[in-house]
Amino acid sequence: MALTDSDTGARGNPDTGARGATPPPSPDPSHRRAARRRRARSIGGTLLSLILTLLGLLLVTFIIGRVMPIDPVLKVVGERATQAQYDAAYQAMGLDQPLYIQFATYIGDVLTGDFGRSISTGQLVINDIKRVFPATLELATLGTLIGVFVGVPLGVIAAARRGGIVDQIARVVALVGYSMPIFWLGLMGLLVFYGMLGWVGGPGRQGIIYDGMVPTVTGLILVDALIAGDWGALKDAFSHIILPASLLGYFSLAYISRMTRSFMLEQLSSEYITTARVKGLSERAVIWRHAFRNISIPLVTVIALSFGSLLEGSVLTEIIFSWPGLGQYITKALLSGDMNAVLGGTVVVGVCFVALNLFSDLLYRVLDPRSK
Amino acid sequence: MKHLLTPRAILLASAIALAPAAYAETPADTLVIAHTIDDIISMDPAQSFEFSGNDVLQNTYDRLVDFDPLDLEKGFQPALAESWEVSEDGLSITLKMREGITFHSGNPVRAEDAAWSLQRVVKLNKTPAFILTQFGFTPENVEEKITFDDTSVTLHMDKPYAPTFVLNCLTATVASVVDKETVAPNAEGEDFGNTWLTTNEAGSGAYTLSQWRANEAVQLAAYEDYFQGAPAMKRVIVRNVAESSAQRLLLEQGDIDVARNLSPSDVAAIEGGDGLKVQDEPRGRILYMGLNQKDEVLSNPAVVEAMKYLIDYKGIEDSFFKGMFVTHQAFLPKGYLGALEDQPWTYDVEKAKQILADAGIEGGTITTKVRDLKEYVDVAQTLQGAMAEAGLTLNIEQMTGAQVLDAYRAREVPIFIGEWGPDYADPNTNAATFAFNPDNSDEAAATGLLAWRNAYAVPEAMNEATLAATQEQDADKRAQMYIDIQKQYQAEAPIVPLFQRIEPTGLQANVQNWNSGKAVSSVIYRQVTKGE
Repeated sequence: MALTDSDTGARGNPDTGARGATPPPSPDPSHRRAARRRRARSIGGTLLSLILTLLGLLLVTFIIGRVMPIDPVLKVVGERATQAQYDAAYQAMGLDQPLYIQFATYIGDVLTGDFGRSISTGQLVINDIKRVFPATLELATLGTLIGVFVGVPLGVIAAARRGGIVDQIARVVALVGYSMPIFWLGLMGLLVFYGMLGWVGGPGRQGIIYDGMVPTVTGLILVDALIAGDWGALKDAFSHIILPASLLGYFSLAYISRMTRSFMLEQLSSEYITTARVKGLSERAVIWRHAFRNISIPLVTVIALSFGSLLEGSVLTEIIFSWPGLGQYITKALLSGDMNAVLGGTVVVGVCFVALNLFSDLLYRVLDPRSK
Repeated sequence: MKHLLTPRAILLASAIALAPAAYAETPADTLVIAHTIDDIISMDPAQSFEFSGNDVLQNTYDRLVDFDPLDLEKGFQPALAESWEVSEDGLSITLKMREGITFHSGNPVRAEDAAWSLQRVVKLNKTPAFILTQFGFTPENVEEKITFDDTSVTLHMDKPYAPTFVLNCLTATVASVVDKETVAPNAEGEDFGNTWLTTNEAGSGAYTLSQWRANEAVQLAAYEDYFQGAPAMKRVIVRNVAESSAQRLLLEQGDIDVARNLSPSDVAAIEGGDGLKVQDEPRGRILYMGLNQKDEVLSNPAVVEAMKYLIDYKGIEDSFFKGMFVTHQAFLPKGYLGALEDQPWTYDVEKAKQILADAGIEGGTITTKVRDLKEYVDVAQTLQGAMAEAGLTLNIEQMTGAQVLDAYRAREVPIFIGEWGPDYADPNTNAATFAFNPDNSDEAAATGLLAWRNAYAVPEAMNEATLAATQEQDADKRAQMYIDIQKQYQAEAPIVPLFQRIEPTGLQANVQNWNSGKAVSSVIYRQVTKGE
């Protein structure tokens, strides 16, 4: 309904823009209507800009993919192919068409839900994505949870006790998190926790005996194991995910804790905090009820961004831990000029960012009393 | 949020996290392998031409003739065909089918299936089709040229090819016999079931394909009715593990039985490890140096001759190629019919200088493209140093494999350093690309021939010898012909074979009879056992 509202508002009446911007000091009902229309228009506008963003993203990816000096036909026919075989594949892939027609055809197919077939896996892109995206989603979600539940308190405490021992530790943790190559850290983690201590499972999402034993429902093995009530599989999957997730969590923790700290410092130096303290509020109330509540909005953005970047898939982590995720999938596809797979992956990443944006917008409305 | 961070919650979480890994040894009837398998693009024998794809098909399908996994040196052996006969004029081979074999579907394996499988390869004309079409089959004539009756298949060829040549080619994955009754109903248009077979399997091999998750894992299950006896390993799981060190860790922890992509340092570490062993196998790939004859400097025969002495064969073999390559200076890999083991060149900068001086060459600059793979770059940089000593300047541009390949196929790589893998188990596979180039013009666009890519105008006599060897009926004489070609090749060709690939495989000590396929084949699982 909101959509229809905004449609008529924007297209049917060119005046609404101006009228909406300066609501007349009229009685309540019309004022409310204007406000509703304004909100509807803003949602409609958001949606429109999202669709344009996705289209633009696809177009740019498509062009980059096509101008890259990589020949996708060679990937299909192999380097031993004769010219005739090469030409046949070239035509079958539609590469003889002008770029804009190729792109239009692709968009047309996507709108009917057909993402094409990947040339680097031989499977339908949609099926590939159904397999690789849950792997990344599972890892990124757990990683972000670790980052938030450790990083935010760490940042808050570091700010509250500025210069104290926690602050020092947080600084070192963040510094290490920023500067350590993830490749090295991942291998060391495997060597110590898997190789030497045997606390966690090795590379891969599951141990051999559980491989393929849990029926796929969501593709998230932790969730699927829960649904199936298979505790052994759950424990096994957890022992495999915990190390890579901690690693990703560590990096997002480094970022989140630094951001939290600086947001908090800014708030704590504000006058209203001084006022609150003067009024005799306990330090805990000052920090958590006043200062923390005010940083929650920028913090949501930070967390959403960090989650989004993990959802793109982290190629190195995925390689080290043999994690069949989106990052590896897109990278490999890109290197073999496999445009269907690259574009399919791009759509997923794009949609994720868009969804996260919308979600944080919604959260703003909930968190920010002014927007009510 | 605070609620979630209670000490109890933390304790609980860490207790789950720190619980020791449940498992340290693979089941006794399961073989678990770590391997890089992200190159698989199709499971259709008519299309698959990638190493990992062929590794799977080797085990899920049978061929008319095949190798004995316990003794590859014996060459092709009867498989689905129990015997064969060559006609007097040498133009046709009739293979008699073994009776009583069934596909995984339960359908009997008939001569009709075998003929249809070969015909569909020719008609589909995917990349590996040339292995069969080189005998004169075309999509138009193949139904008359490959015929069958109740008990046998006959191949009618356009020339009296050497029986060893034909039968060697029939061991290739592309010649796998597929179950017509299962595949034909799944055909879409004129694709002979190609789309369906890309992700499905319809063979009679020792294993059935139970699952393929691209870039992740392949699972095989034993076929209990296999005609040479049910395999000992009831399940084979191949997991895609890209990192050598991760493979090593998995092997050391007992989570896998076989690690197939170990770096030299990881091999060295495993060799000393408890309960582990390393098996080296010579593979078919030849690392060579192609000197493009379009290049002003390199087209001088003296420079070509000098370059052969500027490779530090021994030094490279003993340092960064340790356990990965051995020096091999002929284009047929060891393990092939007619392989030549002569090594005429050593690292000798003085000699190279002398050759250049005698020819009156004073310096020269070459800028080449090298694939950004450590092995190739290392060789190129070693060569760069040696060339500098001899007064030649080499500039190296590193690029991705696909970029270098594009340039190479356009004859634009002055010094190519890379590998060539044989396509099938017959010497002609390498001879026909290294030592055959009937038309060296740009217009010929023979992009598949290494000689053409390097603009090497192969002498007429050598072109003819390469062709003649494909028709020599006597196996011993044929072997000698290849040896002669390679000797002449060593004397004059600007394409210089340098090393042959050695593949080390890390194994649990109890894994017996492992076979990666040596130079001529792909990995075979059915003979593998696990002792105590």
